Parts: sequence; structure tokens; C-alpha cells
Amino acid sequence: MAMKKTLINRDKGRDLLTYAVVIAAFIVMQTLSTQGRLSSAVKGYLVPVCCYIVLAVSLNLLVGVCGELSLGHAGFMGIGAFSGVVLATLLKDTVDNVTLRLILAMVFGGTLAGLIGLLIGIPVLRLRGDYLAIVTLAFGEIMKNIIGNMYVGTDETGFRFAIATAKPKLVGKGKWILSGAMGVTGIKKLSTFAVGFGLILFTLFVVLNLINSKEGRAIKAVRDNRIAAESVGINVTTFRMKAFVVSAFLAGMAGALYGLNYSSLDSAKFNFNTSINILVFVVLGGMGNILGSVISATVLYILPEAMRGLADYRMIIYAVVLILVMLFTWSPKVKEYTSVAADKVKRIFRKEKEAAK
Amino acid sequence: MSNLYPKNTVQVPTFNTFRESDAGKPLVLDVRNLGIDFGGLTAVDSFSVSLGPTEICGLIGPNGAGKTTIFNLLTGVYQPTRGSVLINGIDTKGMSTHKVTKLGIARTFQNIRLFTDMSVLDNVKVGMHNQIKCSFVSSLFHLPGYFAAEKRANARAMELLDFMGLAELADQKAGSLPYGVQRRLEIVRALATNPSIILLDEPAAGMNPSETTELMHQIRRIRDTFNIAIFLIEHDMNLVMNVCETIAVLNYGRLIAKGTPEEIRQNPTVIEAYLGKEDAE
Amino acid sequence: MNILQYIINGISIGSIYAIIALGYTMVYGIAKMLNFAHGDIIMVGAYVSFCVTNYLGLPPLVSVAASMVVCTVLGIIIEGLAYKPLRGTPSLAVLITAIGVSYFLQNAAQLIWSSNPKSFTSIVSNIKPLHLFGSLTITGEVIVTVAVSVVIMLGLTWFTGRTRIGKSMRAVSEDRDAAQLMGINVNRTISITFAIGSALAAVAGVLMCSSIPVLMPTTGSMPGIRAFTAAVFGGIGSIPGAMLGGILLGIIETFAKAYLSTQFSDAIVFGVLIIILLVKPAGLLGKQVQEKV
Repeated sequence: MAMKKTLINRDKGRDLLTYAVVIAAFIVMQTLSTQGRLSSAVKGYLVPVCCYIVLAVSLNLLVGVCGELSLGHAGFMGIGAFSGVVLATLLKDTVDNVTLRLILAMVFGGTLAGLIGLLIGIPVLRLRGDYLAIVTLAFGEIMKNIIGNMYVGTDETGFRFAIATAKPKLVGKGKWILSGAMGVTGIKKLSTFAVGFGLILFTLFVVLNLINSKEGRAIKAVRDNRIAAESVGINVTTFRMKAFVVSAFLAGMAGALYGLNYSSLDSAKFNFNTSINILVFVVLGGMGNILGSVISATVLYILPEAMRGLADYRMIIYAVVLILVMLFTWSPKVKEYTSVAADKVKRIFRKEKEAAK
Repeated sequence: MSNLYPKNTVQVPTFNTFRESDAGKPLVLDVRNLGIDFGGLTAVDSFSVSLGPTEICGLIGPNGAGKTTIFNLLTGVYQPTRGSVLINGIDTKGMSTHKVTKLGIARTFQNIRLFTDMSVLDNVKVGMHNQIKCSFVSSLFHLPGYFAAEKRANARAMELLDFMGLAELADQKAGSLPYGVQRRLEIVRALATNPSIILLDEPAAGMNPSETTELMHQIRRIRDTFNIAIFLIEHDMNLVMNVCETIAVLNYGRLIAKGTPEEIRQNPTVIEAYLGKEDAE
Repeated sequence: MNILQYIINGISIGSIYAIIALGYTMVYGIAKMLNFAHGDIIMVGAYVSFCVTNYLGLPPLVSVAASMVVCTVLGIIIEGLAYKPLRGTPSLAVLITAIGVSYFLQNAAQLIWSSNPKSFTSIVSNIKPLHLFGSLTITGEVIVTVAVSVVIMLGLTWFTGRTRIGKSMRAVSEDRDAAQLMGINVNRTISITFAIGSALAAVAGVLMCSSIPVLMPTTGSMPGIRAFTAAVFGGIGSIPGAMLGGILLGIIETFAKAYLSTQFSDAIVFGVLIIILLVKPAGLLGKQVQEKV
């Protein structure tokens, strides 16, 4: 039927545009990179931008699509980062292919983050709104605290794992890979832009599919009118749970990619501030707008870095820009002023045109 | 308000109004002595009613009598303080709304609760949620099973929309529709859940006389086509008297009369409850 | 150190959380927004007091008054410029703007006063510490902090219960549209709420830095988050809830650091919070609002 086609086409069109933009951006950046035309600073942005895009898109699934405020996303990123790095180090001698090791680390990081998301979700997703936000914040802080006191390593007794206040003693010859507050050092950098791009595609595939599926409709329905959704038999909690776990899994994979991009890693990075940053990316890009998240994550990550030249003033400028963007995008009064101003300008141009005739 | 309950509670006769085709079939809805207290206020007390599998029953009563409260009790939105609700023989005790719906009961709302940001078609497809067989993994990765299920869902949803004459509006945003159309869409969405009984809460509210007449025909058609029972709350006496086979009258949370439209029309307790006025819109 | 000392320390830090939480909860209850910049107004209050004491050489009470005035004005300006234009938009939008304001305040402070920690002179200089039962020490700061927080809570309860402005605040928090229809100037009420919240923040900042005399641009951030959790924990929108939540959080934090582990204190405090929210999903004194179907 002709009607059905337009409905599906409109959604598909938007999704295809998202894929197209990402693929085009990758081709451009990768070509510039291999031709040596990128400064080392810009090269250094490539992988982190991929990570933050995935983090923003996965958080958008939770915040923008499901309407749940989550303030602990960095916690899942951290779980993914540390578990990915530990696995990659453990597999250093057994798996030679660098890309394979990276992918295994990412899958492992994602799976662990997803499992923890599941465990957390079961008791917690009964809460609503601000209370859920607080609990996610709390979990983020708890995870950061625990990882900061975790010891993972190998020695002569085999695999060692401990959560302790002081560094436990190793038996015989061995090494702590993750050493409490010291984090992980001496990481072999495995992350590549290509794999990052692959992760973005995978994330887009999963998230966009979910949005356009029966589950996606159910989630939108719950958001639109929870009581009506329940009345047609939709179990609200199940969906929040599914979205939560998928979101955590993707964040974990992004975390692993991030962790394997640096030679050292410590848990202080995965804190409330990082969670808030990712949330800012999502809101600025548009709630539920996946392409928006891709763009905002890229721009807002690069912006503070690019402004390093402005030294002390850059964060203030960033803050002011953030406030202004929010006002211009959301405030009805500001939008009114701008449209009135725009009208006035248009009228002036029209008058000039007529005077010129 | 000194005494909330009428001094003489009328002994309500119970009698069968089953259609012959329903004889011997189990009840789709069996409500026994349902009651609920909100703090100190008893909103509903000793409410009992039973519906056969294709019976059209009307629930009427003055404003504030507790009619929507009863619908909320039947659908698991409120948990009763006393009594029980059995849907197709299964007790709904302790069940949350979505579980109760899965037993085969669907409803519309007094203040329309559509998914206003979603299209008409999507509203119906959400209603079909539990009928669409497609696993989560299939959805995540858009496996072939997903496409087949969506195709079937689209076809069925369009069928249902066509039934109520809304097929042309499939693509429109539900929130942009006129009031009467929104009410019809809510009914389609409820039908999409494949229920055994559908609860209509004031389906004619805000409708003009011609729309109401159309609705009367539609209600009968729904029952005849889908072979389901219909339990409806209405203030429009014209509709109630013409469409319903049985009528239950509620006042201050208690059942004061039950019978055929003719019997109810002549029942003195009912007339007293309405102060002799018949709301004919 | 015995258990009583820990309780006292807990109540002391808890009172500070309580004062901050009161500001959060009032603004949330009435303006329906989470003001993430609240913690940073605390920091500004402390810095103003520091400057007045150290650079102008004025007595402590003057510096507190100056703090309160500056923060009140700051709060009203921020509200007018950044939050008021967004009234009626989804709460997430205002939240992000508040985050922008928070960043702005922190970095402005860094530019003005640099990120070197400043040593704060306590405003309590003439109250000698109490020594009880041999090992128990109650410092002047603790006494003043607890006393001030009790006064504030009683004051707020009286204010919202008895005065016209207070009652209009309660009305706006219950039903904004109905309040407007009753002739209440909602905009002014919300601005007044922010003013009061900011003044409280100033007091909290001064008291906090009197007990813990290190002052940096990031000083307000962590206590802000802790107080936010305390406000939700006690039931967001409830004034006694904020008080209770703050004090309990302070006690739990102190006990966790003392008896369990300093390193895991974060995890323990937040863990207890989660457990309590699971048992009482609307917070300790919060109310679950039933939606009309």
C-alpha cells in the first residue's frame, strides 16, 4: 500500500542519512590520516571521538528514547575499559592478531558491563524519574570507588582478583595488571580508528533497529502515556531493563576501546563529570535524535580540545556557549525574539530589493 | 452528607440475559462482591456482575458513583480491598495492569489516552504488541523473522483501522485528530489486543448525535464481528438503552439495579437516583 | 575516638549537607528543577567571605552577611538569565543549562582566585571547644553549624507555614496553574525561592569552610552532589526530609569512614542510599503521588 511505504521510507531515510554521514566522515578522515595530512593532535581525537559517539548514542537510547535519566553512564564505560584492558593484557601472549585482541577485549568489556547493567537494573528500574537518576549516580560512584580499589593480576597460583584497601601480596613471580588506585599502566595501545568506526556502525545498527522495532514502539508508547501502554499489556519494567542492558553493553564496548587507546588508565576518569558530559552531548544533539548525538558528541568533544590555545578562558567560553545553545534551542521566549528579529531582517532585505527595482 | 448509603438496599435480582448462542459457555467476566476503600472513603462496595462471552452490558449511574473506579479495579489499576475479579475464569488478584490485559480484557479511557506523538498506525501496532511474535534478538538485529512479523502486524492493523473507517488516517499523528476520531482510534487500539471483553469508558462523550448513532451501530458490529463481550460506561441514555442488552446501575459505589433496558427504565430506585431526570443528549 | 564523637562529627557534616539540601529541595519543590549549580554557589559564598575577611579585614559576621547578599543577588541573576527563559521546557533542558552555569561558576572562580587552595579562616573564633566526658571534643564550629541548621530549618518551616510568601511558595509547588489562577505571582515566587536557596548556600559555604578550612573552585562540587542525594534520600520537595536526609547522610558517611573503611566510604554511603530507596522508593519522607486514571 502506498501509505505504508511513506511511513517506512521516512524513518528509513533518516536512518540512511545517519549511516551515510558516518561512513562519509570515516572515509574522509581515514584518507587524510593515511596521507599524513592530519596533525598528531587531530589524529589523537579520532579514537576518543568514536568512543564518545558510541557513548552518546547508547545514552540517547536510555535518555532520549526511553526518557530515563541516567547519571552513571561513565560507570559502565569504566567497567568496559578496565575489563577490556585486563583481558587484552592477559591475552597478550595467546592472541597475536592485534585487531582480534581488541575486538575480544571490547566484546568482553561490553558483556561485563551489560551483565552488571542487568544486575543493577533488576532492583533499580522500579524507581521513577529523579529517584532513578540518583540511583544511577550512586552506582556510578560506587563502581568508580570499587574499581579504584580492585586488584587483578596473575602470579604463580594463577589468576588473582581482589578488592582490598591495600595491595595484596603476590605469590612468587607475578604482576598486578590492575593495581587499585594506581590503575593500569604499561598498556599496549590497540585501538584504531577503523575499529572505532566499526563499533559506531554496530551501535547505529543495534540502536536504530531497536527504535524501529516493536520494542522501540513500546518504549515510545510508555514514554508517551505510561498508563495507556500498560493497559495494552506492555510491561514497562521489561523494556526499561532491555534498553538499560543494551545501553550498558554498548557503553562497555566503547569503554574498552577507550581504555586500549592509552598507555595508562585510572578510575578517576570515569566519574560523575564524565557522565554529565555525555548527557550534555545527548541533550544538545536532541533527545532521541541519533544523528544529532553523533554530531554533538564529535563537536563537543573537539571544541574544548581545539580551544586549548585559549588556555584559561576556554572552559568559560565552553560554559557560556553551552548555556547560550540551550537557551536558543529550548527557550520559547528566546526563539520568539530570534524569529521576530529574523522577520525584521527579512523585511529590510525585501525593502531594499524593492527600492533597487 | 450524613448518610452515604441508601437506607434500604434493594435486593437485586440476578438473572440470565445470555444470548442463546452463549448458553453453556463460561463467563468472560465474573465480578464477586468487589469493594475498595480509599482511606476512609468506601468508593465501591459489594459490586457483583457477570458477563457472558458476547454480552453487551452498560454501567450507568450519577457522576461520582464509582463507574470508572470499577473499570480501574477490573483492569488492575487499583487493587480491590474486598471481593474478586475473574476474567475467563482466572482470578486477577494481585496482578498488575499489563498482566490483567493479557488475560483478555482491554479498555478505553474517560479522558482519551492515545499515544499522541505516534501515528495512528503505530498506535494500533502498539496495541498489537503482545500479538506480534518476534524475539528481542530478532528486533535488535532485524533478522528475517522481524520483517515477517512487522508485515503481518501492518496488515492486521490496517484491517482493524479499516473496520472503524480510519484506514485513510493511518499516517497521521494521533494527537492531531479530531476528538471523535481519537475516540474511535482508542477503540481500535483496544481491539488490537485481541481481547475477550472490551471496556468502553464513555465512548460517546463529546460526540454529536450523528456520531453517536454511528457509534451505536459500530458497537453492535464490534460484538458481532469479533464475538467479544462489551462493558460500557455511558451517560448518553439513548445509546445505552438502544445498544445494551443488560444494564447495571451504580449509585454511591453500590449496585442498585440490574436488568434489561426496559426494566431499568421503569425501576423506581433508578429513577430516584437520577432524580427523575434522564440525560438524553 | 568513641562512638559519640563520631555521631557528633556526623551530625556536624550532616548539618552542612542538610543546609545545602534544603536549598536543593526548596528549588526543586517549587521551580521543579534540579539546580546543579547550587554546589557552586556555595563555593562562591565561601570565597566572598574569604575575601571580605582577608582582604578587607572586616569581622566574621560582616563577611557572612556579605556572602549572603552576594549569593542572593547571584542566584537571582542566574535564575533570571538562564532558568527563567526555560520555564515550561522539559526538566532535562534546564538541568543541562544548570550544568553550564556550574561550569561557568567553577571556571570563573578559577580565573579570579586561581585553583590554589586558599586557607579559610573560620568564622567561629571566640567559641572555645567543649570538652566532655574526657575524650569528647565539640568544637565551636560544630556547635555553630548545628545550631544554625536547626534555626534555618525551624525558620523555613515557620516561613512556609505562616507567611504569605511562604504559603504562596507551597501553593506554587503543589499546583502552579491553580496558584496563578489564585492571583499568585508565580515568577516572583520562584525568584524569591532561588534567592532564599542561594542565601542558604552562602551560609552553608561559610560554615563548611569553617570546619574544613580548604577552599578551591571545586570545593562545592562534591558536597553539592552529596547534598543532592541527601535531598532525594529524604524525599525531594520535603523540607524536613532534606534535614533528615542530610543529617543521616553525614552520620552514615562518618561511620563508614570510621568503622568500615575510608577508601570505600563512597561506595558504602551510596550503597546505603540505594538500599533505602529500594525500600522506600519516594525517599524517607517523600510522598508517592497517585496519578488519576
